[in-house]
Amino acid sequence: MHDSPPKIKVEQFSSWYGDKPVHKEISFHVRANEVLGIIGPAQSGKTTLLRAINRTLELTAGARSTGTIQVDGEDVRWVANVYELRRKIGMVAPLPVGLPLTIYDNVAFAPRCAGLSRKSDLDALVEKCLRQAALWDEVKDRLDSLGTKLSGGQQQRLTIARALSHQPEILCLDEFSIAIDPVTTMRIEEVLKELRKDITIILVTNLTQQARRLADRTMFLWNGEIIQLDRSEVIFSENPGNQKTYDYVHGIFG
Amino acid sequence: MNSTPSSPATSPAPFVSNPRVRRKLRQERIAQAVFATMVVLMLLPLLGILVYLVVRGAPLISWEFLTTNPSKGMTAGGIWSALLGTVWLVVVSLAFSAPIGVLAAVYLNEYAKDNWFTRVVNLAVVNLAGVPSIVHALFGLGAFVLFFGMGRSILAASLTLAVMTMPVVITATREALGAVPMSFREACWNVGATRWQTIRRIVLPNAVSGILTGVILEISRKAGETVPIMFTGAVFFRAIPEGDLFAYRLTDQCMALSMHLYTVTTQVTGAPAALPFAVATVLILAIILINATSIAIRAWLRSHRKW
Ligand SMILES: Nc1ncnc2c1ncn2[C@@H]1O[C@H](COP(=O)(O)OP(=O)(O)O)[C@@H](O)[C@H]1O
Ligand SMILES: [Mg+2]
Repeated sequence: MHDSPPKIKVEQFSSWYGDKPVHKEISFHVRANEVLGIIGPAQSGKTTLLRAINRTLELTAGARSTGTIQVDGEDVRWVANVYELRRKIGMVAPLPVGLPLTIYDNVAFAPRCAGLSRKSDLDALVEKCLRQAALWDEVKDRLDSLGTKLSGGQQQRLTIARALSHQPEILCLDEFSIAIDPVTTMRIEEVLKELRKDITIILVTNLTQQARRLADRTMFLWNGEIIQLDRSEVIFSENPGNQKTYDYVHGIFG
Repeated sequence: MNSTPSSPATSPAPFVSNPRVRRKLRQERIAQAVFATMVVLMLLPLLGILVYLVVRGAPLISWEFLTTNPSKGMTAGGIWSALLGTVWLVVVSLAFSAPIGVLAAVYLNEYAKDNWFTRVVNLAVVNLAGVPSIVHALFGLGAFVLFFGMGRSILAASLTLAVMTMPVVITATREALGAVPMSFREACWNVGATRWQTIRRIVLPNAVSGILTGVILEISRKAGETVPIMFTGAVFFRAIPEGDLFAYRLTDQCMALSMHLYTVTTQVTGAPAALPFAVATVLILAIILINATSIAIRAWLRSHRKW
């Protein structure tokens, strides 16, 4: 096996909301350019983990964490510029969020916040991101209409375009298909297959089969603990080597 | 249709009129009638006041009435110096309370952590709204007029009004900010926007209608107050150059509509009976106009809502 340094390295990570523990000393890493699937029942700490990685967890009152999370070998807790860290990581939330701006401004929002203002640069970037998110053809004639007025599936692709607009090296998707139709879901999965060539993807999903289709490795997170993390072929095989994993993947968990 | 009322234990078929259903419908009609009556009871005095004022005061009101100073011991002439005084008090006071109130509300809503300090501040704001105006008047007298040495002046009176009406704008602004979905902020933070970028580009633009409403409500409260300005800067009579909007200076004392109304009602003998009604009509119409503007702005912004 090759030994390139991990893109993300999590060590002894624990977290709490107030006194309520979420993660219990979990350790794992994400390799550069892999797709890591994360599966697990609701409330098991998947969203919280993603929020710890891009340091938006600290924006919730009462949230605490210990242990280390490194991105490109740098402890996220001590990065000089947290906004730069967040731009390095694209984040797609479960429910599509069109900002109350035009479609164009939705995608141009992050680059503008980062200081990009040349019209031609922005134009090119907006087009590129909307193409990557497979939305360009549908909206290219109405870039100045409101992003909030798009359909749910379109808004989710707009959200992905926005997450790509600050040219992240890592893309985190949190149950992106929870509120959209199966056809759009498949289109976004095709998008991800393209994107994986260039960036590292963490795919939290409520559809275990989605992880099977897309993820190189899959992590089963349950109750704040990693039950199993292995190549997806293993996790989704008839004999993953862990009874809980088998039960969850085969829908007899309870 | 199944209509076998032989066994009352089974649930009755829908739409079959039985005593229980009829009673429910009757109750529903009675409830609606009671609520509607209350609306009428609420509106009657309001309409009564307005109609009575306008009918009695209208004959006196004219362009000249608005633009000439009171004369002959306030038994004749118009209300120019009082009208302009109210405008000055409102504008100067707004120049202090609107920015401070809005920015403080932004801090409380967007930056402040939920700790004992913010809770004390919130409590203070709520209680400030409930303090009687006479207390504000005494505070203004002690603080602005005497301690800061502003004397009885437009500045001191405006600051007193500003302190008094600050809770209105803070509360309205906080409500407006709170109505902007949290998911918008999170989406911005996720793409590396700072709090300020998020506030400036997303939160504030979408809270403008609520903030404006708060500011306009504040205006009508300021215009109507009497006691606080009486102690701190308003006078019974003062003649100023007519037609000059800058006839007052910040250090001047001024007349004000609300106080003028009090004066002509209780202190002046020999004034025409219509005079107090005319003053009151002008004051009320001005406030209605301001509030109508607020409603219009809100309706316009609502129809241009972005989500
Ligand atoms: N903002 C919050 N405040 C308090 N507790 C929270 C908050 N968000 C999540 N939790 C709790 O943390 C645990 C993990 O939640 P989450 O990370 O959202 O799980 P998942 O994404 O796997 O459903 C749950 O028990 C949830 O109730
Ligand atoms: Mg979640």
